[in-house]
Amino acid sequence: MSQTNKAIQQKSTNSNAKGVKVLLISLGVIFIFIMLVIPMIAVITYAFQDGLKAYQEAIFDPYTIKALQLTLLATVTAVAINTVFGLFAAWTITKFKFRGKQLLTTLIDIPFAISPVIAGLVLVLTFGKIGWAYDFLNAYDIKIVFAVPGIILATVFVTFPFISRELIPVLSAQGTDEEEAAALMGAGGFNIFRKVTLPHIKWALLYGIVLCTARAMGEFGAVSVISGHLRGKTNTLPLHVEILYNDFQLTSAFAVASILVILAVIILILRNLIEYKAKKAGEK
Amino acid sequence: MYVELKNIDKSFGSFQASNDVNFGIEQGKLIGLLGPSGSGKTTILRMIAGLETPDSGDIYINGVRVNDIPAGKRGIGFVFQNYALFRYMSVFDNIAYGLEVQKKSKEEIKDRVSELIKLIGLEGMEKRKPNQLSGGQRQRVAFARALAPNPQLLLLDEPFAAIDAKVRQELRSWLKDMIYKIGVTSIFVTHDQDEAIEVADEIIITNHGRVEQKGSPLEIYKHPETPFVAQFIGQSTILEDCTRLNGFAEVKPGEKAVIRPEFINITRKDEVQKYISAVEEGTIEAIAYRGSYFEIKVRVKGILLTTTAVLEDVYEIGEKVGVLIYRLYIFDEDNAYLLENKAMVDINSVFI
Amino acid sequence: MNKKRHRKRVIPGFGLSMGVTLAMLSLIVLIPIASIFVSASGLSFNEFIKVVTARDVMSGYQVSLSCALTAALINCVFGVILAWILVRYEFPGKGVLDGLIELPFALPTAVAGIALTSLYSDKGWIGHAFAQIGISIAYTKIGITIAMVFIGIPFVVRAIQPVLEKLDKQYEEASHMLGASGKRTFFRVIFPEIFPAMLTGFGLALARGIGEYGSVVFIAGNIPYETQIAPLLIMSKLEQFKYQDATAVALVLLVISFVLLLLINAVQVHMSKITSTSH
Ligand SMILES: Nc1ncnc2c1ncn2[C@@H]1O[C@H](COP(=O)(O)OP(=O)(O)OP(=O)(O)O)[C@@H](O)[C@H]1O
Ligand SMILES: [Mg+2]
Repeated sequence: MSQTNKAIQQKSTNSNAKGVKVLLISLGVIFIFIMLVIPMIAVITYAFQDGLKAYQEAIFDPYTIKALQLTLLATVTAVAINTVFGLFAAWTITKFKFRGKQLLTTLIDIPFAISPVIAGLVLVLTFGKIGWAYDFLNAYDIKIVFAVPGIILATVFVTFPFISRELIPVLSAQGTDEEEAAALMGAGGFNIFRKVTLPHIKWALLYGIVLCTARAMGEFGAVSVISGHLRGKTNTLPLHVEILYNDFQLTSAFAVASILVILAVIILILRNLIEYKAKKAGEK
Repeated sequence: MYVELKNIDKSFGSFQASNDVNFGIEQGKLIGLLGPSGSGKTTILRMIAGLETPDSGDIYINGVRVNDIPAGKRGIGFVFQNYALFRYMSVFDNIAYGLEVQKKSKEEIKDRVSELIKLIGLEGMEKRKPNQLSGGQRQRVAFARALAPNPQLLLLDEPFAAIDAKVRQELRSWLKDMIYKIGVTSIFVTHDQDEAIEVADEIIITNHGRVEQKGSPLEIYKHPETPFVAQFIGQSTILEDCTRLNGFAEVKPGEKAVIRPEFINITRKDEVQKYISAVEEGTIEAIAYRGSYFEIKVRVKGILLTTTAVLEDVYEIGEKVGVLIYRLYIFDEDNAYLLENKAMVDINSVFI
Repeated sequence: MNKKRHRKRVIPGFGLSMGVTLAMLSLIVLIPIASIFVSASGLSFNEFIKVVTARDVMSGYQVSLSCALTAALINCVFGVILAWILVRYEFPGKGVLDGLIELPFALPTAVAGIALTSLYSDKGWIGHAFAQIGISIAYTKIGITIAMVFIGIPFVVRAIQPVLEKLDKQYEEASHMLGASGKRTFFRVIFPEIFPAMLTGFGLALARGIGEYGSVVFIAGNIPYETQIAPLLIMSKLEQFKYQDATAVALVLLVISFVLLLLINAVQVHMSKITSTSH
């Protein structure tokens, strides 16, 4: 092949590669734009389609406020409980040798793998009128299904593995040497955990909390099963959106949804910030 | 005996990492635990520390059986193979940790830590985090951290493994001086025999989870008790049957022989031979440059032997040479002896 | 001496932390999950079969499965493209694009559901365009599939991305040096490397699609025998207080997801065997 021929071919493969690059980037960007960005824009646009006043009315509607409160309560509880669980579970699984570790890890992941509707069903079957725990709870006048505790329980259930899943890989990569060194010097479990282990998982824990928050505040299927749709009582924000939507109060539905969109964007930003910090701290 | 291990067995699953380990250590001694990779050195150290539990057998420290005493209460300092410094604590906090656990007063902690930092020569670096230190500095911090609570016994797992060759040399003598100065009984693990011979008062050689031999470096070198030790200590060759070699016909079948590199002499074909009937013909198969000498593999009657040659003697691969084997270590069921080459002796007498 | 009793742990706190872990796991997850089996045992085998082979239930499974499968396949294609451009190319706005991938995790599913429905209904921004050429999207299987694509895309991208990042660039350069074209290099050299990760992402997206409720239920429109998804059937059985029927439907759904994941796992193991022997 002659020199010029080669050069031409070189050039054509180069421009070819460039063409592929542009094509692929366009495809990816268009896909994300249509699939993810436009829906967000749509929510905001529909929310304001009847003007600012209608938007305000929908947002400051007492039922919306109530729903927001319940969502916050459920989210905070879920994050608190799952943080406690996540720390204990991750510590147990990564710092000790015991039989059935793999099984335990799998069991913890169950809520992640099953449909949220089935999660709700399972709680109804346990605590509802036909559930075997019903008589016992009823005797103490505790109501779970179609009540606030059920909403919280469903949220906890669905987000149960979120924090431990983030902590386990980080802790297991860190190994047990530092903890053993501390134990050799006679330190107690709590002291070791707080001073030696915890600094390693600071970012992973925060990351898990953010993911858990996102999922908890948006949970729909499981909560929907267990709520009984009692307006003002067992309504979370996502459920409230559904009720408004099914009532054809579209503007209100989108107005309430826009709150959730804003929260989602905040969470996304936090998530990326934490991931960046964790990478810098060398945790991930 | 200050530290004593009696009939220690330890398995990981079906793998036996310690097999009937027995030894005792006197107070104030610096002991080297030497053996090939995977021979169970770390396992022994971790069992003494209480980081691992033996399946059976007893461990005594200062006359007290410590099997049921938790690791944190044994009063042992441990320097981990990779140091295991607390990554998120400063140098000061690392060294102070053991003292804080003992609820010492702030003053006391400060004094002791400063003293140790001075001892390891890291003044001015108290606030640094482990990842801001060099390998050698980290090793010193790990050493100081282990010493801070005044342990009765110091265990070091391959303390020099992660350090480059040059610094290693300095650190070895530093550590040895340090340990003598403090007078703490110490056991260190290594798979480098030079290190063991240079640093340790006594060497314990392990292989396949067993203790092969314990003794001073010279003893071990002079009187290896098992074929493994003999081979491990020098680049030696073990022969199942050495009767075909000139001058060793009287060795009984079933007895093993070990040839150390310094038991062999090679000469050029054209050189004048003193012990003609003792010299074998050999072919050079490999030559490796070892810095101050050549390591040479030479095949004699199908047996591959390892020996050395000074740098002035340049041989070529494939070259036919004369090989003279002065003597062998012979091992039978339960003891070992040195055997001189009979052919050499005979001819000598004829000449005389 | 008893080996178990003999065994001590170096790091203190095992009993407490194991206790808390097991107690919380049992109370919140395991005991409720057990109820599904208790409830299912209330049905005889014949009743069970009758429930799960009813026409509406069978069509529900079929809708959920076929749409989730299609969506997961679409996600594989775009997941590879997205992971590729995020790892291998530099372009303005890349950081934002990367940050956006997780949006489906962060955005509540119900919000996504109503947003997609409004967009793709015959009067919506996108649906309108398609309606003019006679294609309805909302309230058809196409709509369901789109919702499942939305919910599944992060799984695939985030599964492939780290593998691509670790893949040595010299690897493909070697292929280029041997004169292979870009296409050939990709399909012969790179694709086999990322295939196991893609399968993982595929499996997760598929499982999520099958079980998904919030984002799908609005756009599905719930036309019996046509766009009713399996989770919705469970929901409606519950609303009619047919608890055992709901349990039966749920159990089969669980088994289907489980078998699918096992299958994918088997393929992965098979694949890794092939690659490890060829190395
Ligand atoms: N926790 C464990 N589980 C399973 N096997 C183990 C464990 N710890 C050690 N072993 C095995 O026991 C044997 C001895 O290990 P040990 O760490 O004591 O060797 P070593 O002499 O310290 O080797 P090295 O010089 O490589 O550090 C090895 O074959 C190792 O694979
Ligand atoms: Mg070791």
